[in-house]
Amino acid sequence: MAIPTPPVAPLRRRTRIHEVIIQGLLFLCGLISIFVTTGIIYELSKEAYLFFGYQQWLPAHKPLVADIAPEQTLFEVGTQGPALEVGSHYRIGDEIMLLEAVDGALVQMQRGAQQTEPIAHRAGLTLSREVNPNLLEFLTGTAWEPHNGRFGILPLLNSTLIVSSIAILVALPLGLATAIYLSEYATPTARSRLKPILEILAGVPTVVYGFFALTFMTPLLRAIFGSGVVEIYNMASAGIVVGILILPFVSTVSEDALSAVPRSLREAAYGLGATRLETAIQIVLPAAFSGIAAAVILAASRAIGETMVVAIAAGAGPNFTFNPFKAAETMTGHIARISGGDLSYDSLDYNSIFAVGLMLFLMTLVLNIISQRIVRRFREVYE
Amino acid sequence: MQNSTYAIETKDLAIFYGAFQAVGNVNLEIEHHKITAIIGPSGCGKSTVLRAFNRMNELIPSVSTKGVVLFNGHNIYERDVDPVEVRRHVGMVFQKPNPFPKSIYENIAWGARINGYTGNMDELVESALRGAALWDEVHDKLDQSGTSLSGGQQQRLCIARAIAVKPDIILMDEPCSALDPIATLRIEELMYDLAREYTIIIVTHNMQQAARVSDYTAFFSLSEDGKRTGQLMEYGDTKTIFTNPGRKITEDYITGRFG
Ligand SMILES: Nc1ncnc2c1ncn2[C@@H]1O[C@H](COP(=O)(O)OP(=O)(O)OP(=O)(O)O)[C@@H](O)[C@H]1O
Ligand SMILES: [Mg+2]
Repeated sequence: MAIPTPPVAPLRRRTRIHEVIIQGLLFLCGLISIFVTTGIIYELSKEAYLFFGYQQWLPAHKPLVADIAPEQTLFEVGTQGPALEVGSHYRIGDEIMLLEAVDGALVQMQRGAQQTEPIAHRAGLTLSREVNPNLLEFLTGTAWEPHNGRFGILPLLNSTLIVSSIAILVALPLGLATAIYLSEYATPTARSRLKPILEILAGVPTVVYGFFALTFMTPLLRAIFGSGVVEIYNMASAGIVVGILILPFVSTVSEDALSAVPRSLREAAYGLGATRLETAIQIVLPAAFSGIAAAVILAASRAIGETMVVAIAAGAGPNFTFNPFKAAETMTGHIARISGGDLSYDSLDYNSIFAVGLMLFLMTLVLNIISQRIVRRFREVYE
Repeated sequence: MQNSTYAIETKDLAIFYGAFQAVGNVNLEIEHHKITAIIGPSGCGKSTVLRAFNRMNELIPSVSTKGVVLFNGHNIYERDVDPVEVRRHVGMVFQKPNPFPKSIYENIAWGARINGYTGNMDELVESALRGAALWDEVHDKLDQSGTSLSGGQQQRLCIARAIAVKPDIILMDEPCSALDPIATLRIEELMYDLAREYTIIIVTHNMQQAARVSDYTAFFSLSEDGKRTGQLMEYGDTKTIFTNPGRKITEDYITGRFG
């Protein structure tokens, strides 16, 4: 009896056109995000490089007392303003000179420095002094006074760190407590009521938070600590409100991390006679450590980058102080204020905010890298 | 604490998941310092009954329990009984090894510490590990993570963790189902030793295991009325159940002719 052979299934490769299209689109999206990131880094670095790489000129408030001839090296200038520095370059019009000696109002200049043409100058023209922002001064200087040629990031960095630290001090305990409550204690009904509230909190525009800080938190702080102690614009108020702003972020990501801890681990703890609190704090929390740490670090980089609240409530003007009740501009606040005014393109001020921006970018980048490390290092793998 | 005849005694125990009755009419007496096996087809409520003995079921919000479970003569479902206290006396080993993501040492010390143990922790850890026949394998790496051990070692670590809090009863829910035959054998030998000090109740799908290790066997099965409620079909000493079962359904299950 002949057994009929079943028809052979066609095994030829088929082109699935919609798969190809979708795959292409997904790839494109990935590509775009890479391009955008690269573009941001490029633009920041380019402008920051201009800031560090270029000689800039600021008024030295030293007018020429009399006309000078092109070959004249000894002449008299006004004596107001900061003292002249021997070895520095000065500039009148298109000509750059090198200061060789100074004696009261009398200066000795090497004319036509840096390949400029020595020319005659009229009395009353004033000297500009050179400003060469350098990385060391940028990183260690304690004053940010662009009009004086002082570009020390520390006052801006310091207030950014103070505001962010206060924010984390507010958001970490509250966010973690919320997350533990939601994941370990809340009944399903309680959870379904609380989570939308947190989501609303996350959806409030930051400008509203800014005015909340200014019109509610600041008066509250002043009422508690006294209006002599707390300035109208202050870092504490901004920090607390930024903390509230990042709280939903901390709590939802932490709750996800806590919920991802397998039930078997909780059962093991309960089976040993652990209470709910012991289980939550000593077993579930450490097991979710990597996720929570990542959440906190990402929230920190969010706090560092937060602009609106600090621009409104932390005060305008750099101020190097460790007192959180004082006004001090943060890096983001400074960028927002400077770029909001009418700035001439390619000026020192303009370039300086890119240097600050690059610094911000590097800080958040480092935080992101740390959080990735933590996730990788401490992640418990549960199958 | 052995002032009553039985370690565990249930009276008309019935357990519900919401409106669904998972088990009903369970009347069972478990002897002190014996190994009692619970066997039966999948879904007949073995785990549910076992978890009723240390009030583990109530971690699931929908569960309700009716009837009485006496532990050393005290009803653990009395209103003023703290489930945390119950679980300190009735420990549990789970189907899948679930060591804490902490060091081997901490895995054992933690339970003792939360139970207020103030003695010499090193000694306790050693004796618990020896009791679980794990000491020789891990004594030089106590600071390694418990999760880095093999499956069989992890399960013995979980047993060590359970005995470190010095319970009266140890419940084991298919403790060997994730283990190979050699690791299974080690755990079975261990159960023999543990039975000298503890009352052991073990759920198992492995008939040979039940026959090998247990003194008493309880056979559960689904009720025949179609409601899928688990019921205690037969209970007695293991030898009788396996050689001369009283009911046809028991015999069918044990000989593999079930269903
Ligand atoms: N968390 C739960 N929610 C709702 N129903 C459940 C839950 N856990 C178990 N059940 C139901 O209760 C019944 C008994 O389940 P149980 O886990 O006790 O069975 P079992 O005998 O241990 O089965 P197995 O041998 O497969 O482990 C089953 O019908 C099951 O579907
Ligand atoms: Mg089961």
